[in-house]
Amino acid sequence: MSPDVGTPAEHASAVRRDVVRMIGVARSGHLASSLSIVDLLVWLYWEVLSLRTDEPSWEGRDRFVLGKGHGCPALYAVLANRSFFPREELWSYRRLGAMLQGFPEVRRTPGVDAPGGSLGQGLGLANGLALALRERASVPSVFCLVGDGELQEGVFWESAMTSAHFSLDNLVLLVDRDGRQMEGATEDIMSLEPLRDKFLAFGWAVEECDGHDFVSMREALARLGPRHGKPGCIVAHTVLGKGVSFLENDPSGGRMVLGRDSMDKALRELEKGGD
Amino acid sequence: MPAQERSTRDAYGQALLELAAADPSVVAVDGDVGSATRAAKLASVHPDRVFNVGMAEQDMILTAAGLALGGKNVYVSSYASFLVGRGYEQIRSAVAIPGLPVKIVGSHCGVTVGEDGASHQMLEDLALMRVFPDMTVLVPADYVSALALLKNAVSSRGPVYVRLGRAPVPDVYADGDEGFLPGGGRVLREGTEVTVCCCGIMVSEALRAAEVLARQNISAEVIDCYSVSPLPVQSILDSVHRTGCCVTAEEHFARGGLGEAVAALVSGAYPVPVKQVAVFDKFGQSGSPAELQEYYGLTASQIVSAAVQAWTMRRR
Repeated sequence: MSPDVGTPAEHASAVRRDVVRMIGVARSGHLASSLSIVDLLVWLYWEVLSLRTDEPSWEGRDRFVLGKGHGCPALYAVLANRSFFPREELWSYRRLGAMLQGFPEVRRTPGVDAPGGSLGQGLGLANGLALALRERASVPSVFCLVGDGELQEGVFWESAMTSAHFSLDNLVLLVDRDGRQMEGATEDIMSLEPLRDKFLAFGWAVEECDGHDFVSMREALARLGPRHGKPGCIVAHTVLGKGVSFLENDPSGGRMVLGRDSMDKALRELEKGGD
Repeated sequence: MPAQERSTRDAYGQALLELAAADPSVVAVDGDVGSATRAAKLASVHPDRVFNVGMAEQDMILTAAGLALGGKNVYVSSYASFLVGRGYEQIRSAVAIPGLPVKIVGSHCGVTVGEDGASHQMLEDLALMRVFPDMTVLVPADYVSALALLKNAVSSRGPVYVRLGRAPVPDVYADGDEGFLPGGGRVLREGTEVTVCCCGIMVSEALRAAEVLARQNISAEVIDCYSVSPLPVQSILDSVHRTGCCVTAEEHFARGGLGEAVAALVSGAYPVPVKQVAVFDKFGQSGSPAELQEYYGLTASQIVSAAVQAWTMRRR
């Protein structure tokens, strides 16, 4: 399939299959956390971000920061399917010397705008980018996607103050609200709710959406509109392991490593559900 | 005539002004201590080019890294205790691993911070910063070399840490001397019987110690190792080949600083005894800078004793 042809659902299905394959081949990587953000990334990379796939470092591009670096298989698969680099690179993910490291690295991977790996740091990096870019004649936007569990990191809230204090209205934060973290449900481990109120209190414009429904995502961004001095946050409600039934219902929170059998089963499910 | 005394942090304010005038991409990030670090000097001329993120050192490092990703030439500064201490993991993940050319400027280093005491007297910043691959670590001895190192850092392709102090220190170099580069050192006094590798405030102490040693007929070579990482390898090895013994002097814990770096270098290339003058196994405390220097043994007389000991153990 050519990168520019196809529906968002078809792109998402292709990306999900690649994510399952690459983690299956690597026998390492965070599958369920990657699957939950596929639709958000497909929406961003096919519809929202201003990019040049043949010129990954184009100065005028919008920037994307993946706070939840462990979800990078989804980002890598999206970048490959958008032709930032050959899709073959996906199969050496996490191997010695690979272009696609276990967590995103700016210097190694075309299309990766910011480093990731240490949770809670994405928003601060996005703030710096937004500050640096906002004096351009045509102001690029900065999108940052974070997991919900990482909102427990203190530095995140330092950064949330900074976004509002510096009136970074060229910044959009997406929160992957799957409600799960390493050891269980976020609300059991360290409550995040009322999350919307927290962002409002910090001076943000806040919208919510279904992070697997493209219409809902588009509407949420449209509702945010031009924010006139406020950073924008979209809390995207997602399902951990989305698209693979036995991961969606996995009591271990999707931390299982896929054997060959379950990888085949996941791929068959995704074939059926997608195109 | 006693040398003019100026603090290295004052050089930071001046460097920012000169750099910002020459390069529109130069910006500074500060954690609400700009009047003390002197970053405020830039803010007074270009308020739009200094970002005060408040008391939030972790976010300060991330903001600086993000600005660098966005094409800015970034200097980020605070008291070293909090900049390097609290910001450490951000420096590791967001600056050092991606190799971003962020200039990290730690002021208020060492016991000469004075009355504030242990919490504010950073004695382990060199240890923490020099372990990173490709992190340039610089410790200027005076205002002139601080100004030059801070200005020259602007063209660095990787991250740089610059260690500055609060208290005024005597000028070692003549105004306008700009020959200070990463990996460099300066032989300030030639000698044949003991090598003294020093940095920061200990450089002028070492020069005084060399005078005393000369009167005892021990000829000391004094090298200002302002580039702690990478070290001025050739200057140090050339010197210890001639002298056969070495003293290091720094306002830092004995663990992890210049002394250990020099000892590791010479033990692998040309083993000679290395005696350290540094702070051993205790944190700082309140007191005047002069009292604290005396109490912690960061003085010319300690360098003299160490030199004599090293000389008696010298490689012949």
